[in-house]
Amino acid sequence: MQYRQHTLDNGLTILAECNDLAHFLSLGFFVRTGARDEAIEDGGVSHFLEHMVFKGTNATSADEVNLLLDDMGSSSNARTGEESTIYHASILPEFQSPMVGLLANLMRPALRDEDFETEKKVIIEEIMMYDDQPPWGGYERLMQDYFGAHRLGQSVLGSVESVTGLTPQRMRQYHASRYSPDNMALVVSGKTDFDRLVTDTEQICRKWQPQSTGREIVSAAPHPGLTTMVKDEAHLQYLIHLAPGPSVDDEDRYAVRLLSMILGDTSGSRVFWEMLDTGLAESAGIGGYEYLGTGLIMSYFCSMPEKAPQNAEILHRILANAVHGVSERELEISRQKVVSQILLASEKTNSRMFSVGGQWLNGHPFRTPSEIAESYRQVTLDQVNEVASRWQLTKGRTLTSGSLGNLVWPA
Amino acid sequence: MKFDDRLFQHDFPNGLTLVADYMPWLQSAAFSIAIPAGCKLDPAGRFGLCNLSCEHAFRETKTLSSRELVETLDLLGCDYYSSTSVMCTYFGGALPAVHLDQALPVYADVVMNPRLSEEWLEEARMSCIQEVESLEDDLPSKVMSLLRMHHYGDPWGRIPEGTVDSLETISLDEIKQFVSRSYVPRGTVIAVAGQFDFEKLRDQIGTLFGAWKNPAGESTNGFVTALTGLESHIPFPSKQTHIGIAWPGVAYDDDDWFLARGAVGVLSDGMSSRLFREVREKRGLCYSVMASCHAIPGRGSCFGYCGTTTEAAQQALDVMLAEISRLQDGINEDELRRLKVQVRSGLIMQQESCRSRVGTMISDWLLLGRLRPVDEPGRRMEAITVDQMNRYLTAHPAGPFQLVTLGETPLEIARAVPTTHT
Repeated sequence: MQYRQHTLDNGLTILAECNDLAHFLSLGFFVRTGARDEAIEDGGVSHFLEHMVFKGTNATSADEVNLLLDDMGSSSNARTGEESTIYHASILPEFQSPMVGLLANLMRPALRDEDFETEKKVIIEEIMMYDDQPPWGGYERLMQDYFGAHRLGQSVLGSVESVTGLTPQRMRQYHASRYSPDNMALVVSGKTDFDRLVTDTEQICRKWQPQSTGREIVSAAPHPGLTTMVKDEAHLQYLIHLAPGPSVDDEDRYAVRLLSMILGDTSGSRVFWEMLDTGLAESAGIGGYEYLGTGLIMSYFCSMPEKAPQNAEILHRILANAVHGVSERELEISRQKVVSQILLASEKTNSRMFSVGGQWLNGHPFRTPSEIAESYRQVTLDQVNEVASRWQLTKGRTLTSGSLGNLVWPA
Repeated sequence: MKFDDRLFQHDFPNGLTLVADYMPWLQSAAFSIAIPAGCKLDPAGRFGLCNLSCEHAFRETKTLSSRELVETLDLLGCDYYSSTSVMCTYFGGALPAVHLDQALPVYADVVMNPRLSEEWLEEARMSCIQEVESLEDDLPSKVMSLLRMHHYGDPWGRIPEGTVDSLETISLDEIKQFVSRSYVPRGTVIAVAGQFDFEKLRDQIGTLFGAWKNPAGESTNGFVTALTGLESHIPFPSKQTHIGIAWPGVAYDDDDWFLARGAVGVLSDGMSSRLFREVREKRGLCYSVMASCHAIPGRGSCFGYCGTTTEAAQQALDVMLAEISRLQDGINEDELRRLKVQVRSGLIMQQESCRSRVGTMISDWLLLGRLRPVDEPGRRMEAITVDQMNRYLTAHPAGPFQLVTLGETPLEIARAVPTTHT
């Protein structure tokens, strides 16, 4: 296993974890742009652009792009989040050059008006699809209410109204301002010919001109309170609570992840024993989300409506009681689970690509799975108990969604 | 390493079979114990018995308390699960390979010595009832479950989760009886994939499960019943109309399986597939559209799904059916070439995941009665010609179709399309 890196003159980064023993190759363009980089009136443009990228370039049509992806037998996709957009493909190593060529060219899409209107309908269908799934848009609504005017509250998909109002012109401006080579990385893992990778990438990408793509990291303050969404047809009741958590750069993040597992993992945690093993809730858990400059600790459950008030009390108590500390045995169990998860994920080529790319997105230096596992092994009981006191898990904002109109988060 | 050198099989005297795929490049291992105790054994009015038994069995054993069981597996880093299907009850997990031999005794205890106490019965029951309720909130699953009921009838169209009504009345004695009659070594298969020493694994399985006895008589039941109250359209105030379509396919052990699977691949595998291109890319009628093959012993089927806004739903259904029907006009060389490279690519990708290999081995075992050599799908697909595929498609036009929809308004199948009315 060898880690290699190269930066083009225009700032485009190439990162590769080369593994000669692998039989597979994953590669992806990682772009530091997402919903938090959008103007309010452009809500959903990052995600819509991600769809439009696959509609081709001035030299290739959408049909041709789809055929080329399938000609290589690729497993390809893209994802957009609050802070990143990622285009990725997993392929047999023999297709390295053509796939690099295809994805690199797609980063400069044509954004044709006729494709734009057809794809807008697909995006609206996607919004409707999520609106039909529990908790029926509740997560997006909670993010919006928690963050208030802060851009992290902007929905990744946007709304039917904001997407309807988008124009190809606005999208072109957004693309020009965010897809600057120094705001992007090509990340590869698996059986890689690195020299060839650099040559191929240079050939296509060196002409890309860097733009100024600053990103203002504004600190986020939670907007406490309760949001209630009533859905009469719901069979189960859903509750989500967001509390402030460590950011991607916060040294607390390892201890907080272990604490979250102790409190709310789907197996063997306090939530498991009190809410799942007892049959009180259908699902429940606690986990962290790290962003630049801020983070979230999300707690949730879904259960029969008549059990929801009791579950809300229990979940609140578990979070509140974290300040009284956890045991060495609980910590040891969580360490083992995290280390095992890291090992299992490290065997998959595409997981490695996402790990390497994720570190770049966060501005972190490359670390191997063993080094990351070691960070978790070194977390002490004192550190976990310290973060349990420092992060106020019951604070923040709560959303309930389902047939109950009067479910509350205990004071 | 040659593909054939990787596969192992051992039959134990009590009827238990061990199958294994040696993947020495991995540091992990995955396993699944598939017991022939699926929901097809649930007696009439007792739908969900199999699932409730599974939920209850995995809680505690005669030697391990619930906490000891879960903590032991957690400390081994074992990502564990239990689940049920029409055919089987499954207990399995994935973990660092060095811990495999410590996890297996826990599982032997679960399947051979579950405690099944009164103490945890209501908790287990509540968990199962909520599983049923959560399916009600999952609209695509709701549509596809109802479609499978229409399509396969009883018992193959059953939902393992059962019904709330019957779950509320199942007694502890019924659970104990189900487990003692159905959790048996005869017909059980343990599949292991990843890093292991086969001789040690075989010996350990032999020691752990050697005392597992079969009860007298067969473990089948005679309570097969017809399901009633089926509807083709579920009126629901949803944002999208959810469309499920079923039509006959080919059995997994049929010589034509790879032709039928290839045909569905042309419809639905990849971004250039016909359904994706015609329904989504060209017309923007949906976000999600797909088709897949499904098999039960001796019978295969194809299922299609699309979620689309009410205004676009009828057109989406029309285009889907037109594309599925158009298969009988044949596919071209490029489509076949793409299918072949996708299969080759998928085969290599699967070598990174012991979990995925375990799933495939269990399916092969249950539906073929043997392990399929790892490279067989690739070889079989590679050998297919366009002529062969098109002869098959001409001789086997898709249909008749069955339709289930959920949404504001019902849809209609165009008159020219063959249908089955239920």
